[in-house]
Amino acid sequence: MAAHTSQSVAKAAGDESDVARGRSRRTDGPQRAANRGGLKRAFATHWYAWAMIAPVVLVLGIIIGWPLVRGVYLSLTDANERNVARTIGANHIEATYTFVGLDNYTAVLSDPVFWQRLVWTVVWTVACVTVTFALGLALANMLNRDFKGRAFYRMALILPWAVPGFVSVFAWRFLFNRDNGILNKLLDGGGIAAIPWLDDPTWAKLSVITVNVWLGIPFMMVALLGGLQSIPGELYEAAEMDGATTWQRFRHITLPGLRSVSMTVILLSTIWTFNMFPVIFLLTRGGPGDSTEILVTQAFREAFVSSPRDFAGSATWGVLILALLMIFALVYRRALRKQGEVW
Amino acid sequence: MAASTTTAPTEAGTTAATPGKAPGKVRPRGQRSPLASFGLHATLAAAAVIAVFPVLWVLLTSLKPAQHAITTDFVKDPTLENYRYLVEETSFFTWFGNSLLVAGITTVLGVFIAATTGYAVSRFRFPGMKPLMWTLLITQMFPMAILIVPLYNLMGQLGLLNQPVGLIITYLTIAVPFCAWMMKGFFDTIPAEIDESGRVDGLTPFGTFWRLILPLARPGLAVTAFYSFITAWGEVAYASAFMVGDENLTLAGGLQTFVTQYTANWGPMTAASVLIAIPAAIFFVFAQRHLVAGMTAGATKG
Repeated sequence: MAAHTSQSVAKAAGDESDVARGRSRRTDGPQRAANRGGLKRAFATHWYAWAMIAPVVLVLGIIIGWPLVRGVYLSLTDANERNVARTIGANHIEATYTFVGLDNYTAVLSDPVFWQRLVWTVVWTVACVTVTFALGLALANMLNRDFKGRAFYRMALILPWAVPGFVSVFAWRFLFNRDNGILNKLLDGGGIAAIPWLDDPTWAKLSVITVNVWLGIPFMMVALLGGLQSIPGELYEAAEMDGATTWQRFRHITLPGLRSVSMTVILLSTIWTFNMFPVIFLLTRGGPGDSTEILVTQAFREAFVSSPRDFAGSATWGVLILALLMIFALVYRRALRKQGEVW
Repeated sequence: MAASTTTAPTEAGTTAATPGKAPGKVRPRGQRSPLASFGLHATLAAAAVIAVFPVLWVLLTSLKPAQHAITTDFVKDPTLENYRYLVEETSFFTWFGNSLLVAGITTVLGVFIAATTGYAVSRFRFPGMKPLMWTLLITQMFPMAILIVPLYNLMGQLGLLNQPVGLIITYLTIAVPFCAWMMKGFFDTIPAEIDESGRVDGLTPFGTFWRLILPLARPGLAVTAFYSFITAWGEVAYASAFMVGDENLTLAGGLQTFVTQYTANWGPMTAASVLIAIPAAIFFVFAQRHLVAGMTAGATKG
């Protein structure tokens, strides 16, 4: 109890709240509480907690739950621009789309396009997260040392994060411009032929990954830096006394010390990257051709770019994306469980 | 681990307590070989240049006269012509206002609705907490692809397409789970003894929350608000799909009108980029440390 340093606050908070609310804790878990005392007692015990979460539950139910259900339903119909309910001038036209069962899923899943998109989306996510994490970790390690000018570097490296994403993406589009962009001008100065950054499928893929890594590093770096600073210095001292090499110290102190932060940032950035709409949409519009189209931009394209707008198709893509992410989250969580993480 | 990210400010203290101690350093007592030192600075300098350059280049370009916009010259005859054009000839301020309105209201509503939930999941164990935490997490990973069509149709039926209100409602789907999640992280860092003392003094759980915890969590609330503001400020997909017509665009949509498939109006575009980025960047510098603390704390303690 005495050692309430800020580092143990979160843990302490957890313990304390257990003591403070022994009544709600005694039954050890929701199910048992309900079973033993019945719903009435559970309500008497927990009504204030439920009241506190009510606004969010309501909002989630209305603006996420309902559209979600409707999205799943749409994916089972043949809804498109021509047959949904709409109002043209004074005339209201009723919806005429019909229920088609799993036809959309069969169509999407048997279409090589889906698998191409999926492969590229996975490549894109893995590449972005891996590179971002590696560079972020390296930079965080450097910034964690004690040297002159550290504050300056830190500021400079965080800068990309401070700029709204779509502005950054436009800036990069400007740099990547084939004929007049600064990158090609510089290459030209070095006698290298212009690179079709956004006009060639392979280069375009590299370009979007580059931009996303550039956008993602600051968050990764700052998070890992926070993690590094929470590792007690004594550990390193002890290891040094025992004659551990730099690499051994990194491997056996830094990496384990960072694990909880790493797990979190990797999870977050995987999800963000998987769903990263603006980078692709604003930088290449999925092009050239459809070479950089990821699942999310494809779903957007179905509903808002292609003609006629295919609402059912888009909803199908959406449901599939969600399913993939949920599978990922479950697998990830299981992996953490095995390693004994609380999460 | 979670709360410890907030201890970053004590880093100076740690260093003082263990002189010359820095993790991963080769030499024991604060000495680094000149070569290592050079390598460190060179690497960081290169990284800093890469980080800053695109932004700096846009800033420089915005100050160039139109005919030089896409040259590699550094600014020769700096001019504010691009800014004048932006202000007088385009709907920039309309878009700016739209973005401000939408992002602002989204933030206020999001924080307001989510605050009590963040507190409840931070402090209480109650039936439904696990599912709620999971819902909050999963909705954060929702691709907009799953909601965008139903929301689009819904807004169409309610006549809210092209209306800021429609976009605000839509953004709440992003902001609410996010705010609740983040605030949980911040409430977790406030010692539970404070709640206890409030309860001993006879406050209800709501009273404790309102009178004691909320004032203490003000920095956390500010950061959450800032983050959800920035998220709404920079949102592209919904804004592109729901808002059409010069008058109704938000900044993300408005900027797109400068860059079409074939031509790009780089001058005004860069000027607009600068105007959009500057306020966000200034706020950001103040808030960034807490941003990560809140997010990772919320997530690791989930």
